[in-house]
Amino acid sequence: MSNIIEIRNLVFKYINDEELETVALDGIDLNIEEGSFVVVLGHNGSGKSTLAKHLNGILQPTEGTVLVAGMDTRDEKLMTDIRRKVGMVFQNPDNQIVANVVEDDVAFGPENLGIESEEIRRRVDEALKAVDMWEFRSHAPHLLSGGQKQRVAIAGVIAMRPHCIVLDEPTAMLDPVGRAEVIETIMRLNKEQGITVVLITHHMSETIDADRLIVMADGRIIDDGTPQQVFANVQKLRDAGLSVPETTQLIFELRKEGVELPLSALSVDECAESIFKAFA
Amino acid sequence: MLKNITLGQYFPGNTFVHRLDPRTKLLIIVVYIVALFLVDKITAYLPVIVFLAISVMVSKIKLKSLVSGMKPLFVIIVITAIINLFFTSGEPIVKLWVVTITKEGVRAAVFMLLRISLLIMGTFMLTYTTAPMQLTDGLESLLGPLKKIKMPVHELAMMMSIALRFIPTLIEETDKIMNAQKARGADFETGGLVQKAKAMLPLLIPLFISAFRRADELATAMESRCYSGGEGRTKMKQLCYGAIDVTAGAAAIVLLAMVILLNTFGI
Ligand SMILES: Nc1ncnc2c1ncn2[C@@H]1O[C@H](COP(=O)(O)OP(=O)(O)O)[C@@H](O)[C@H]1O
Ligand SMILES: [Mg+2]
Repeated sequence: MSNIIEIRNLVFKYINDEELETVALDGIDLNIEEGSFVVVLGHNGSGKSTLAKHLNGILQPTEGTVLVAGMDTRDEKLMTDIRRKVGMVFQNPDNQIVANVVEDDVAFGPENLGIESEEIRRRVDEALKAVDMWEFRSHAPHLLSGGQKQRVAIAGVIAMRPHCIVLDEPTAMLDPVGRAEVIETIMRLNKEQGITVVLITHHMSETIDADRLIVMADGRIIDDGTPQQVFANVQKLRDAGLSVPETTQLIFELRKEGVELPLSALSVDECAESIFKAFA
Repeated sequence: MLKNITLGQYFPGNTFVHRLDPRTKLLIIVVYIVALFLVDKITAYLPVIVFLAISVMVSKIKLKSLVSGMKPLFVIIVITAIINLFFTSGEPIVKLWVVTITKEGVRAAVFMLLRISLLIMGTFMLTYTTAPMQLTDGLESLLGPLKKIKMPVHELAMMMSIALRFIPTLIEETDKIMNAQKARGADFETGGLVQKAKAMLPLLIPLFISAFRRADELATAMESRCYSGGEGRTKMKQLCYGAIDVTAGAAAIVLLAMVILLNTFGI
């Protein structure tokens, strides 16, 4: 399959008022395949948000290149095309909802693209149904729960028909119920509509179903593979200041005691089964 | 305690008044205000009152919400009426100690009372029956011609609608900060004006910092959704005039005509 995003030797430095540099990204090489579900993991300040903002041209590389569907993000003229290909959902749902009514907010993106009104209507209805928020179309956003607001934000992005959605810690401010709603919605969009998903998170439980897991530390990618491969390297993750899923933790400790267990059992069921087998 | 601010409140509905194009309602309110200020005979208030009463009845807005919306302005209305009552010179009708009430004073007070209350209730009817976004859309469309002389009409309308969108969010946040500070012993209720203002300072600083952060994030989110000003933008809900707008417009013209007529021939 083709790559929706290609990043070559990306370096990014923040420069503050006193001319002090912070190297936030330090040589990133990364391809993201169309249709895949990629999770990016890393401790605070490891450069995840900075990387995300490069994927739709909000930030431009200090060095290196970022190509979105073959388009260079440094080309101002391509900005609208890039942003309709890659949609972005942020952490705080309150700060990305523009309108007073749910459906008006979802319409905001398509309106900016200059699409005619009947087509916008169609897309808005479709997007709201896809995130299961259609019954709330004429509600005021500030009366919704966190998970619902975040789903409205996702609808606002998919109404623009992007090929890829980047979500920067979309569940960080939500309660467990809201978190489950949002993750379930994202996974459905990936499976059913084939939208590429780049999910940034630090909840281990959200990483298990990913096709691919990327671990970042200090502006670099330190690990990249399937969740099973990545979590098998428990010690390396700990060194990067990250914990591992509770299931992996349990298996890791049992292995240290000499019990024969595969580190690839990530879900609770798999884990329970392998432990059951080991002791049977 | 901050929850019951009724600034720009909207009561959703699907009545004749609700369905009117926001531009029609804006134009009607202008006609209504002109008519109100043209009144110079007491009987000429009658069509204005009837017009308001009909729109209240048709829109099913509760009279209670209309009156309670006026509460914060009640003091101003009464003071204006009293000043007019006592300080208008003319033919005296009552003399009490140092105050004299003149015939002209009574008239001026009644006029002022009616004028201000009808003005406020009329504008409330507009915001009660029109969604804020529609109102800003209507304004943008009506002021559209001013774009030719480089007025940032779209930007102003956008600012207004974002401000309206964030009012509840910021009120909620103020409440939260207030409670957090009350929990640590802050006192917002007692003391004089200066003391109260001082107590508000630790409230305003975090609120402003947070508002700036929100503004920054919102701008990024809007850019991510391809926003780049009003140029080339379309609307999902396009404004369009219908038969009901013609009827309502005609009613407003009748109102104006009646006021002028009663001004000339009434008492
Ligand atoms: N606007 C900014 N100005 C200066 N430095 C920044 C800015 N945003 C982030 N940084 C720095 O860049 C690094 C990476 O930050 P970020 O991408 O936000 O990490 P993450 O999202 O993984 O927590 C951090 O060291 C952070 O302090
Ligand atoms: Mg971040």
